[in-house]
Amino acid sequence: MNTVLEGLNEGLRACLRSSEQVYLLGEDLLDPYGGAFKVTRGLSTEFPARVLGTPVSEAGIVGAGIGMALRGLRPIVEIMFGDFLMLAGDQLLNHASKFRWMSNDQVRVPLVVRTPMGGRRGYGPTHSQSLEKHFLGMPGLRTVAINTLTSPGDLLQHAVLEDDDPVLLVEHKLLYPQKWGVDGGEFELSLSEGSYPASRLRIRSAPQASLTIAAYGYMAELAKQALLELAYEHEIFAELFVPTQLSPFLEQAWLASVSGTKRLLTVEESGLDLGWGAECVARMQEALGADLRARRVAAMQLPVPAAGELEQAVLPQVEGIVAAALSLMQ
Amino acid sequence: MGPPTNGELYRQMQRIRRFEETVLDRFPLGEFYGTTHTYIGQEADAVGVLSWLEVGDIVVSNHRCHGHFLAYGGSMHALAAELMGRSTGVSGGRGGSQHIQWRDFYANGILGGTIPLAVGMAFAEKQAGSGRVVIAFMGDGTLGEGVVYESLNLAALWEVPVLFVLENNLYAQSTSIQHNLAGSIEGRFAAFGIQVRAAQTTDVLQILDLGQESIAAVRMSAKPAALILETYRFSPHSKGDDVRDPHEIARYREQDPLDIHAARLKAGERAQIETEVEREIQAAFEQAGQDPPAQPASLGTPMDIES
Repeated sequence: MNTVLEGLNEGLRACLRSSEQVYLLGEDLLDPYGGAFKVTRGLSTEFPARVLGTPVSEAGIVGAGIGMALRGLRPIVEIMFGDFLMLAGDQLLNHASKFRWMSNDQVRVPLVVRTPMGGRRGYGPTHSQSLEKHFLGMPGLRTVAINTLTSPGDLLQHAVLEDDDPVLLVEHKLLYPQKWGVDGGEFELSLSEGSYPASRLRIRSAPQASLTIAAYGYMAELAKQALLELAYEHEIFAELFVPTQLSPFLEQAWLASVSGTKRLLTVEESGLDLGWGAECVARMQEALGADLRARRVAAMQLPVPAAGELEQAVLPQVEGIVAAALSLMQ
Repeated sequence: MGPPTNGELYRQMQRIRRFEETVLDRFPLGEFYGTTHTYIGQEADAVGVLSWLEVGDIVVSNHRCHGHFLAYGGSMHALAAELMGRSTGVSGGRGGSQHIQWRDFYANGILGGTIPLAVGMAFAEKQAGSGRVVIAFMGDGTLGEGVVYESLNLAALWEVPVLFVLENNLYAQSTSIQHNLAGSIEGRFAAFGIQVRAAQTTDVLQILDLGQESIAAVRMSAKPAALILETYRFSPHSKGDDVRDPHEIARYREQDPLDIHAARLKAGERAQIETEVEREIQAAFEQAGQDPPAQPASLGTPMDIES
């Protein structure tokens, strides 16, 4: 099995190989450096004309990517840290996501912006955030989060080569060294239909799930551990639901899991208030009515601290997920 | 391509002038949605520069886009219909006055936000070897936006065929340039190694010459250039929000680009053009007013929900 980083790197290479329209741009992408997280390593050597190292200009390069996309190219822009995405916020909000609709569908913006998000590396308040919550629900922008259950390279290739709308691809930085794929061990996996499939993960041969734990990105890794702990120590059998497309919200895939369990626990690494979990719970409540019981696990409403113990206290951990699940199932 | 005739230049400027005056005249009647940013006084800029467009050249415009759009060859009727929220509008009523998209013309009301787009478009055209150039309009107020400087840097680094046309009308909405701008406009472009041409004139013939030279240079070199046009808008920033000294406006009106150029026409030709433009204006607004309003049924979706 490959790591997520290798999957993304191979996905980028496949995109650049398959179409001359694909361009990759971002800060410090070029070899021998190969990007701050090395996702683009080797690509500038193989495709020197189509991999562009850029100045430190997040708004400028996302805007340039939009212009390229409007004129027939299929650009990929890397933002070195997700924390810097706000610098390009206007470009995503007022340009990338608007042009198709406000032109009365005369133009398309097939742009992919990829960026690492998330904490647990001690980088502190401005290099550890999960800011995707601020981009969710933006009409005209698709937000997709990679995970270890679905091929990151396939998601990327679809976004770059097939998707004619702008895509924000969120890559939790702790996922990069993880192996992706389910190896036929203790879990069994099913995927929803569609190009950005949601995963449903269960412990093999376990009884029917009485709880859905929904998590995306790296939170799915923690939730996986919680799934095992709940089963082996508390005999609570849960199903893990891991969407890749966060926005627009794909309700049917959610209902396939939650309408069976009527119990929903959401886990997200950004702060609790007015966030992803709140929207998911509201959607399921509206669909399922009073039968639904739900809880949310999220970060504290604080900046992400640098010191290890502080960071651990602020961000969700496996124990917190298990505790919330137990409370929900009481 | 030969230069346009004096009559043609006058007609284009008159079309813009009368369109904008008609919009301002009729705004109180409740015929239009939102607001408008008129181009009265600046007509020679758009007409002089865009006279040299070749098929497929790209225009990137801003909130004050009506003049650019009409000079580009856009339909007066479709623009009027867009302001009136009709289904026949340029953007089907979705965009309104500041968000105009037609062929290779792109306008967005976010100041400066369009400038990196123009650079990316020019990059794409250069890669495609199309020989097309991008003309990106901005005003002096836009020089306050940081993304402009990111974009100038990228344009110069990447050597892409974009002409930045800076229309300095001396005001950012209500604030005069003395309160908004330190240093020089020319110096801002020069700092990035971008070749600058500048005109202290509202004479369309002079702007025409500079426009030709600038566009030819960009097309030939496939590198960026800038054209700074000192101008003035006679009308308010939008409508009814003018706090400028009326004497100042009157002084600039003495340099009205239409008057300067009209003096070159025979009285009969001028009268004929004006009559024809009036007829065109009347037909455009009349037709737009009779067109069906944009319907909620055509709201559509901002994207494919699933790809």
